[in-house]
Amino acid sequence: MSETLDKPAAKAPLTIVGTRPIRPDGADKVTGRAAFGADFHMPGQLVGRVLRSPHAHARIVSIDTSKAKALPGVKAIVTAADFPDLASEMVEGSEASSDIRDLSLNVMARHKVLYHGHAVAAVAAVSGDIAEEALARIKVTYEVLPHVTDVEEAMAPGAPLLHDHLFTEGLEARPAQASNIARKHRFVRGDLAEGFAAADVVVERRYDTKATHQGYIEPHACVAAWGEDGRCDVWCSSQGQFTIRSYCAKVLGLETSDIRVTPAEIGGGFGGKTTVYLEPLALALSRASGHPVKMVMSREEVFRATGPTSGGVIEVKLGAKKDGTIVAAEVELKFQAGAFPGSPVGTAAMTALACYDIPNFSIVGWDVVTNTPKTAAYRAPGAPISAFGVESAVDELAQKLGLDAIAIREKNAVRDGTKASYGPTFQNIAYVDTLKVIKDSAHWNTPLGPNQGRGFAVGFWFNVGGESTAAVHIGEDGSAVVVTGNPDIGGSRASMAMMAAETLGLPIEKVRPMIADTNAIGYSMLTGGSRVTFATGMAVVQAAEKVVADLRGRAAKLWDVAADQVVWQGGQAVCLDPAKADKKPLTIEALAAQSARTGGPISAQAAINAQGPGPGFAAHLCDVEVDPETGVVSVLRYTASQDVGKAIHPSYVEGQVQGGVAQGVGWALNEEYVFDADGRMENAGFLDYRMPVASDLPMLDAILVETAPNPRHPFGAKGVGEVPIVPPLAAVANAVSAAIGVRMPNLPLSPPKVLAALDAKAG
Amino acid sequence: MSKIHVTTTVNGDSAEFLAGPGVTLMDALRDELGLTGTKEGCGSGDCGACSVIVDGRIVCSCLMLAPEAEGRRIETIEGLAQGGQLHPLQQKFLEHAALQCGFCTPGILMASKALLDANPDPTETEARYWLAGNLCRCTGYDKIIRAVMDAAAELRQERVA
Amino acid sequence: MARVIAGSECWPFTGGASEFEVEGATVRDLIASLDARFPGLGAFVDKRMAFAIDGEIHQDAWFSPIRPDSEVCLIPKIGGG
Repeated sequence: MSETLDKPAAKAPLTIVGTRPIRPDGADKVTGRAAFGADFHMPGQLVGRVLRSPHAHARIVSIDTSKAKALPGVKAIVTAADFPDLASEMVEGSEASSDIRDLSLNVMARHKVLYHGHAVAAVAAVSGDIAEEALARIKVTYEVLPHVTDVEEAMAPGAPLLHDHLFTEGLEARPAQASNIARKHRFVRGDLAEGFAAADVVVERRYDTKATHQGYIEPHACVAAWGEDGRCDVWCSSQGQFTIRSYCAKVLGLETSDIRVTPAEIGGGFGGKTTVYLEPLALALSRASGHPVKMVMSREEVFRATGPTSGGVIEVKLGAKKDGTIVAAEVELKFQAGAFPGSPVGTAAMTALACYDIPNFSIVGWDVVTNTPKTAAYRAPGAPISAFGVESAVDELAQKLGLDAIAIREKNAVRDGTKASYGPTFQNIAYVDTLKVIKDSAHWNTPLGPNQGRGFAVGFWFNVGGESTAAVHIGEDGSAVVVTGNPDIGGSRASMAMMAAETLGLPIEKVRPMIADTNAIGYSMLTGGSRVTFATGMAVVQAAEKVVADLRGRAAKLWDVAADQVVWQGGQAVCLDPAKADKKPLTIEALAAQSARTGGPISAQAAINAQGPGPGFAAHLCDVEVDPETGVVSVLRYTASQDVGKAIHPSYVEGQVQGGVAQGVGWALNEEYVFDADGRMENAGFLDYRMPVASDLPMLDAILVETAPNPRHPFGAKGVGEVPIVPPLAAVANAVSAAIGVRMPNLPLSPPKVLAALDAKAG
Repeated sequence: MSKIHVTTTVNGDSAEFLAGPGVTLMDALRDELGLTGTKEGCGSGDCGACSVIVDGRIVCSCLMLAPEAEGRRIETIEGLAQGGQLHPLQQKFLEHAALQCGFCTPGILMASKALLDANPDPTETEARYWLAGNLCRCTGYDKIIRAVMDAAAELRQERVA
Repeated sequence: MARVIAGSECWPFTGGASEFEVEGATVRDLIASLDARFPGLGAFVDKRMAFAIDGEIHQDAWFSPIRPDSEVCLIPKIGGG
C-alpha cells in the first residue's frame, strides 16, 4: 500500500503526469524480446575471456603467451603491452571524474596486480572452451607482495604500499612519504570544543560496515567489432553509452568519433555500470583478431573484479542539550577505495549531517587504497555508510534523552532557509513532512511483540542534473517519437513518454520513447545520480515545447492570424481571434497530415545542461523480530517516506523506494565481502553473498511526499532513485538494537553476530 | 568431443539441436535455438533468471544439461503469451509495475506460472517462498508479489467463468 | 557583491579564508574574480567544484546568473550511482 501526501498544484490540471500507465517497453520486457547485453550476437563473433590475478598483490615479472597462441582456434591475446601506457589525467564527462590512468590500469594490470581478480591478459578464440584452455596456457610469473584489505590496517605506518606515487591530498602540507591514504576531506563549522562543552549529554561510538556489491542480476556483457576502416562498434549494457565511448577512446588511444556505442537493455546497474571493464578488452581483441568479439562476465568475475562499494569505519560523537538540541558533532570516516583512489568518502562526509541543523561540527573523511577491487559508484555513493553511523548515534542520543526517534529529528531538522552542513542554504525541501507522515502512519502506532524492535532513520541525497539531449519527432499520423541518450534502468522510458505526452496533449499510447546510440542523439551524461527524470525529462519537455510552438505557428499561418492568437490546448491548436470564430481547432493529426505543405517535417531537439536538481530526503521506519535461538532477524514491517517533488509515474517512484529499501536491508543484515588471509574474496557467488529474496521481506510501504515540487522542473520532479538506500542500514540496525537491548555497531547483522551479542548480554 | 543430437519440445513445437555433452540447457536455448529470453545471472542455480518449465516443473536451465532435454516438454518465456495475447501474469506484471530493469522478469514469470499451475490460490507467504529462488535487485519484490496474487485471482475467476 | 563560501578544498588557495565577497554576474565572472583575488583558485574551482547559488547546485555552468546579493557556496562536484 502506498499513499501520497499532496498539495494542489497551481498550474493547469495534469492529465498524464502523476498517473500510472503501462510502460511503453513493457511488452518487450515480459515476453523475453528485450535484448540485454549478452543477447546481442554477430556473425563470426569470437568468444573473449579474461585471465585474472590469483594474488591480492604481486609484481608481474613476465607473461608468456606463446603456448596459448599456439593453440588452434585462438585468434588473439592481449596484455597491458597492447594498450597505451597513459599519463595521469582527470577526465570529466561523467558524474564522478576519475583518473584515466587508474581506469586503464584497472582494465588491464601493468607491472603490478593490485587485487585478486585483477585482469592480466585477455584471449579471443572460436569457442569458450578453447578460450578457457588458452587462459590455462598463459604463464604469468608473479613476485607475490604483502597485501592489505582492511582500511585501518592500510592507513597504518608500515602497511604494504599499493602505489609508490600516492601522496595524501588535502593535508596542510604535502607529506614526505607515499602512503595508502589518497585524500583527506574536511567539512567544519563553528567551534567544536565549545559545542561539546555546552552539551548536557554526549554519545560516542565507532561503527563499521563491510564492502557490498551493487548486485545487479545481469553480468557485464559486450560485443565489439573493429572495422577495417578504423571505425568500431560496441554493443553493451551500461548506464551511459557516451561514457563507455569516451572511456574506450581514452584507454585505447582512439578518436572518440571512431567509436559508436549502441546501448543494450541494462539488467540493473545501481552505479556499478558507470565505468568500463570488458569493452576496451573486447575492442583490443577485435582489432588484433579481425573478428567481432563477445565478452560476458561470470558472476564470480562480477564479484571479484567489478566495483563494490567501500567498507568503512565511521566514528561519531554527538553532544546535545537536555531538550534534544544537538550542539556539536564530530564524525570521522575511513573508506576503502579498493585498488585505486576514489572511494565515495567525500559524498559520505557531505551527506553525513545533512538532515541536521548543528552549529558546531567537524567531519573528516579519509580515502584509502586497499588490495580489493576498485570501488564503483553504488546508489547515493557513500551516504548509506555515514548515515549508518550518524543515525545510530542519534538513536542512542534520543534514548539517553528519553525522546522518541522522530521528536529528536524534528527538533534538529533542516528546513527551508537552513544552511546545509555541506554549505548551501536549503530551499524547497520537504524533510519535516517526511517525518510527519511517518508519525501519522498506522505503522508508528502498531504495538510490538516479544523479541521485536522498531528502528527509525533518515537520509539525504543531493541528486544531480547535467547534460542531456532529447529529440521529439512527429509522425505523419500525429504520433510522437521521443529519442534520448539515457539507458532505461528502472522505467524512465515511461516518464519520458508521459512528460512528452503531457506537453503535446497526446494520449500516452501515441508517444514512443527510444534510446539512441552515440551517433544518433546528442551527448547525454550517464543514467545515474537520480538525474534522468529530472535532467533528461527537462530536455524532453523543452523539445516537446518547441514542437508545440511549431504547431501553433503553422496553425496561425493556416488561419492567417498572429501566432499569439493560437493556443495549444488538449493536443490541438485553438484560435483565439474572435474575427476567426469559424476556425475549428486543428488537432496534431490534422497538422501532421499537412506538414509537407506547411513547412516540412515536425521535429525538434533540446540539448541542455540541467541545473538545480532538488535534493531528496527520506525517513524510514522498520520493525524486526529477532529469533533468540538462531540470531536470525526478520523484517516485519517497513514504511518509507520520501520528498519526491512530484512523482511523474508514481508506481515507478514507489518501485525506486522499495528497491532501495531492499538493497539497504541486505546491506544491513547479510551482504558483505569476506576476504581470506590471502586477500581472496571467499563468497564470490549468490549462494554465499546473500542478497534479500522474496521470503526475506514484507510488503514495503512507500509514502510519496509532494509538498515541495522542484521549481526548476516543469512538473516539479526531483531525483528519487538514490536516497531510499540511505536510511535502511541504520533503520534496521536501530530496530535490532531495540529488539535485543544491545547497540549493534558493526554490519552486517548476520545471525552469528546477533547471536554473539545475545550471548554476551546474557553473560 | 562430438555433439549430441537432441530432440525435444519447446513451447509446444518440436525442436532439434546439437549440443556438446557439457552444454547446459540454458546455453542451448540461447545459442542454438535463439531463445534469448532465458537469462543467465549466475550460472550456478542461485538467481533463477534462467528458470524454465520442464515437464511441468520449474528448473534452473543453467543446472540442466542440454542432452537431458531429450524427449522432454520445455516451456520458456517466449511461449508464455499465446495467440498474440499476454498471459494474465504478464499483464498483471505490467499493470502493477512489477519490473524495473526487466532482466529477472522472464525467470520470475516462469516461476510464477509454475506456482499458479501447482497452486491456484497461494497465500502471500507461499508466493514469497516459492519465488525465493528468483533474485530481483530492483523492486524489493513488493509489486511482484502483488502482481502474482492479482494474476492468481484473475486466473481463478477465469476458471469459474 | 556575491557572498562566497568556500570549503576546506579551497583553503590552500585562500589562505584559510572561508567566506568573502567578490564580484561576478555569472559563474564565469565569479571564477575570474576568484582567480584575481586568489591566484590558482579560479582554475581549481572550475575543474573540481560545483556552485550552489542561493541553495541551487550548478555544475559546469559558466553562464548561470548570480545576483549581487547571492550566496554562492563552492562544494565538490557531485556524482551519483
